[in-house]
Amino acid sequence: MSLMTINLKVWRQKNAETPGKFEDYKLDEVSEHMSFLEMLDVLNEKLIKEGKDPVEFDYDCREGICGSCNMVINGRAHGPKHKTAACQLHMRTYNDGDTIVIEPPRAAAFPIVKDLVVDRSAFDRIIEAGGYISVKTGAAPEANLIPVAQDTSNDAFDYATCIGCGGCVAACPNSSAALFTGAKIAHLNSLPQGQPERDKRTIAMVNQMEKEGFGDCSNYAECEAVCPVGISISAIAEMRRDYIKAIF
Amino acid sequence: MPSLIEAFQSQVGRKILTGLTGFLLVFFIIFHLAGNLAIFGDPDAMNSYSQFLHDLGPLLWVARIGLLLIFVIHAYIGISIWINKRKARPQQYKVYSSKGGPSKQGLSSRSMAFTGIVLLIFVVFHINTFALGDMDTVLIDGRETHDVKTLVIDTFQNPIYAFGYTIVMILLGAHLGHGIWSAFTSLTLRSKKASATIYTIGVVAAVLLAVGFLFIPLYIYFGGGCDAALINCN
Repeated sequence: MSLMTINLKVWRQKNAETPGKFEDYKLDEVSEHMSFLEMLDVLNEKLIKEGKDPVEFDYDCREGICGSCNMVINGRAHGPKHKTAACQLHMRTYNDGDTIVIEPPRAAAFPIVKDLVVDRSAFDRIIEAGGYISVKTGAAPEANLIPVAQDTSNDAFDYATCIGCGGCVAACPNSSAALFTGAKIAHLNSLPQGQPERDKRTIAMVNQMEKEGFGDCSNYAECEAVCPVGISISAIAEMRRDYIKAIF
Repeated sequence: MPSLIEAFQSQVGRKILTGLTGFLLVFFIIFHLAGNLAIFGDPDAMNSYSQFLHDLGPLLWVARIGLLLIFVIHAYIGISIWINKRKARPQQYKVYSSKGGPSKQGLSSRSMAFTGIVLLIFVVFHINTFALGDMDTVLIDGRETHDVKTLVIDTFQNPIYAFGYTIVMILLGAHLGHGIWSAFTSLTLRSKKASATIYTIGVVAAVLLAVGFLFIPLYIYFGGGCDAALINCN
């Protein structure tokens, strides 16, 4: 097992009102088998022992499915690897003596809570605007009652894999949430259960996305490149298609 | 449901309009280039084409106003996207880089606002030079018409015009390199395979259009106007 020395430049910010700054840290004996977040755990243990404030960062599952760990590592959302969330990134990606710059996702719609933690409730409000289907709850209906073609089911599932991490917003030069909103709209609008509220959903979610202060999509496709689950920008095309259908 | 006016002011509506107007502008410049190439035809070809356009009368004005409207909408939305991005990210990253792979970030896509604004300013000068410039008249089919051809040949013997136009046409190529594919994507192209093909076609078309446009001023300048082999003045 090889151990490395890693230099960190981490964004520290007390709260949304206080301006932040970068702090430099040096970590010795970083194992190549550590995940990126485990490396930050080691940093925090060290900071706590020194009586300093640990670096606040979001995480939950640490297995790439919850979408909590959105941070920008050396200028790339979730780090250098494709289809990999920050928690699934391992220190073997780096070399001894490397300097790693860690920043929070930067977007007006994602205000900083503390250090690397941002408030992503703008995404929740986009979902509240129409990212659901209205059905009477009660006993679960028979699963095969509504037939869904295999292709449709596959496409809908691909869009449904969005974990809402906000990496797309973090990486977009315009801070656009088009991939997130597009994936959520395309997921529900492609399934039979999503049809009754299709037009209303599309308009409401698009409007909410804009209201939250996300930027415009310029088709950079950087969002697709950083998406930890690899959602294609065809989701954005689906959203535009459904938007045109909704207004005419 | 929003009204159509409201809908086209939304983020998604604006992007669809940008794609649509961009598309129409690409069609326009293809026709424009075809017209320009008439300079290599018969001595009267270019001025006959100009006379044909003027003979359209009110139709020409409909086309001009339509074109102006398309151009203004395209530029207005483009600039507003550029202003919006500042508002959407007030604090920039210390380090930022593209992850590559499917990303279309590059010199062309990142400079859309710059190349677009240069083109906007260029168009004003361009119209002033060639549409409103002082022109002699020549007789075509027994009728007097503007001698656009001589104006073009005279203008591009000036190195400032010849090289200035060349630089702007390179920027046009850069704008179209991302723009053509982006217009398709804005107009809801969703197939991954088609997208890859159209991206390549878009880049090739951008290069061809830029080279087509910049060849004329450079050829006139280095060929010495009417002395150039491919240009027949009388």
